Amino acid sequence: MSLLDVLRFAGTALVGHRLRTGLSLLGVAVGVAAVILLTSLGEGARRYVTGEFALMGSNLLIVVPGKTETTGTLPLVGGTTHDLTLADVEALERRVSGVVRAAGLTVGSATARAGELSRDVTVAGTTAEWKPLRRLTLRAGQFLPAGRPEEAPRVCVVGARVASELFPGRNPLGELLRLGDERFRVIGVLTARGVSLGLDLDEVVLVPAVQALRMFDRTSLFRVLVEMRHPADLAPGKTSVLHVLKERHGGEEDVTVFTQDAVVSTLGTILGMLTLVLGGIAAVSLAVAGVGIMNVMLVSVSERTREVGLLLALGAARRQVLRLFLAEAALLSTAGGAAGLLIGLGGARAVRALFPAFPVAPPAWAVAAAVALSVAVGLVFGVLPARQAARLEPVAALARR
Amino acid sequence: MIRLEGVTRTYEVGGRPVHALAGVDLEVAGGEYVSIMGPSGSGKSTLLSILGCLDRPTGGTYRLRGADVGRLGEDELARVRRNDVGFVFQSFHLVPRLTALENVELPMVLAGLPRAERTRRAEAALGAVGLADRAPHRPEQLSGGERQRVCIARAVVLRPSILLADEPTGNLDSASGNEVIGLLESLNREGLTLLVVTHDEAIGRRARRRVRLLDGRVVGTAPEGAP
Repeated sequence: MSLLDVLRFAGTALVGHRLRTGLSLLGVAVGVAAVILLTSLGEGARRYVTGEFALMGSNLLIVVPGKTETTGTLPLVGGTTHDLTLADVEALERRVSGVVRAAGLTVGSATARAGELSRDVTVAGTTAEWKPLRRLTLRAGQFLPAGRPEEAPRVCVVGARVASELFPGRNPLGELLRLGDERFRVIGVLTARGVSLGLDLDEVVLVPAVQALRMFDRTSLFRVLVEMRHPADLAPGKTSVLHVLKERHGGEEDVTVFTQDAVVSTLGTILGMLTLVLGGIAAVSLAVAGVGIMNVMLVSVSERTREVGLLLALGAARRQVLRLFLAEAALLSTAGGAAGLLIGLGGARAVRALFPAFPVAPPAWAVAAAVALSVAVGLVFGVLPARQAARLEPVAALARR
Repeated sequence: MIRLEGVTRTYEVGGRPVHALAGVDLEVAGGEYVSIMGPSGSGKSTLLSILGCLDRPTGGTYRLRGADVGRLGEDELARVRRNDVGFVFQSFHLVPRLTALENVELPMVLAGLPRAERTRRAEAALGAVGLADRAPHRPEQLSGGERQRVCIARAVVLRPSILLADEPTGNLDSASGNEVIGLLESLNREGLTLLVVTHDEAIGRRARRRVRLLDGRVVGTAPEGAP
C-alpha cells in the first residue's frame, strides 16, 4: 500500500466527519497560531528595544544625576547631590579622552501657541550635539546652532506633527512659536519618526538647553549622553566621567553612569527569555490540542471498528491498519498546523500593519518549531488510538454493532 | 483444498469455556459448492471465520492448500485472506463514504496494486455483477441487492480460490436474494470453491453438498442428489 493511498484513505475518513475534523483541526491551528503570534510579539519587543538603542547611536555613556547604586554604607546625612550642568557637559567633552561628543538633555511639557492655534507639546532642551548623537534628521531648516550653550538664541526645532498642526498648510520656518511666556523662532522641522526611547519625536519642540532650564526653572539637566569613539573606550570612559564629575561636584560621587551596550544586552536577554516563555506557554495549548486529536481518533476507531474488521478480512496486515489511523491523526494535525501557520503569520502581519512602529516578526525558529511540533503532536497522540485499532480481533470487529 | 481435522474453537465467556466448535472434520475439494446449515449458535459462523483465516482454531489442524494455517503468522494469515479467500457478509460491510467502485478497489489498494490497474479491474468486476452504471454511487444510494453484488465484486476482484458467504441473502428480499445466489453459483461454475452459511433451507438445498452443524459438531453431510 503506497503512502499516497494511505493518505488518500485517511483523507476520505476525515472528510467524512467535517465538523469533528474541523474542530480538532481548529485546536491545533489555535496552538500553532498562538506559538507564532506570541513569539512574534516577544521578538517584536526585543527588536523594538534593541532597534531604538541602535538608533540612538552606539558607544554611548548615559549619565544620570543621583546615585542609584546601593553600597554597604549608609549615605551621609545631609549629603547633597550637585546639579548636572551644561558646564559639566562641556568639561566632559574636554577632559574625558575618547569622547566624540556629549549632549545634555532636559525635558518638560508646555503649551505651544502659534497665532490662534495651541497644543500641548513636550519641550526638550538640548544642544547641537544631540542631533548626531540621536541620529536625527531634519525635514526642513536647520538644527539648534552650535556655539556657547549659555548664549544660545531663542530658536526652536519642531516635531513633524507639531509643525503640521500649529502651522497647517504653512511653512513653519521663520514663524514664531510661543512656549509659555517665551517666544521662539522656528528654524527647523524634524523628520517624522514616532516614539523613540519614550519620547515622541513628532510631538516634541527642541529648544536650547539653557532656555529650557530657565523656562522650567531648573538648574540640573535630566541626563547627559556621552558618545565615545570606540566600544573599547566605554569602560575607561565611564571611570573617567565619574572621576571628572566627582572632582567638579566637590568630591562626591553623585551620578550614575550606564553604558548603552550593557543596557541593550540585558534588555535583549530579558526579552529573549520572555519570547521563549511565551512560546512555551503557547506550546502547552498545542499539547492540549494533541489530547483533542487523541479523543477524536479514539472515537473514530470505536465508530469504525467494523471497518477495521473489514480491512482485516480484506487482507490488511495489522501494520497497515496502524499506519492508516496514524496517517489520519498526522493528517489532522498537519492540516491544523498549516492552518495555524497561515493564521499566525497573517496575525503577525496584521499587527505590523496596525502598529508600524512595532516590528512584530515571527522568529524562524518558532515557526519551524510550531509546525514540527504540530506534526509530532499528531503522531504521538495518534499512536494510542491507532494501536487500539490495529489490535482489534477481526471476528469481533466485524460483528460489532 | 480445505481439510479440517478435529478442529475446536473454545471461547471464554464469564470465566467458563464455551465450545463453539467441538471437533469438526471437514474436507472440501477445489470447485465444490457447499452449504453449511444449522440453528443459531451451532458454530456456523465460527467455522466460516476459521475457514477464512479470520480466526484460528484452538485445537485440531486446518490445512488450506496443504499449508497448516495454525502455524502461520499474522502477516501470512493476512496474505491468505487477501489472496486466497473472498468474503461476502450478511450486512455487506461496504465503507459508506466510498463509492461502489472505490469499495471494490479497496482490497487492491491494500495489496498495493497500481492505480490504473485497480480502476480497470474494479470496473470489470462491477461489470461482471451487472453494476457498471452504479460505479460512482455510494452504498446508501444502492438497493440491498445491489450492495450485495458490490460486495461480491469486491470479494472476487483479487481472484481468490475460495468464496465464503455468511448469510448472503439474510438482509435481502427473496427476488434480490435469488439474484445474489444465482450470481454466486455462476462464479462457482467458473471454478470458484463456494461455501455458503445459511439457515434458509431453500438456499441450503441448492448446494451440491450440505453440511449440518449442531452444537459445534457436524451432524450430517448430504451428498449431491440426496433429498
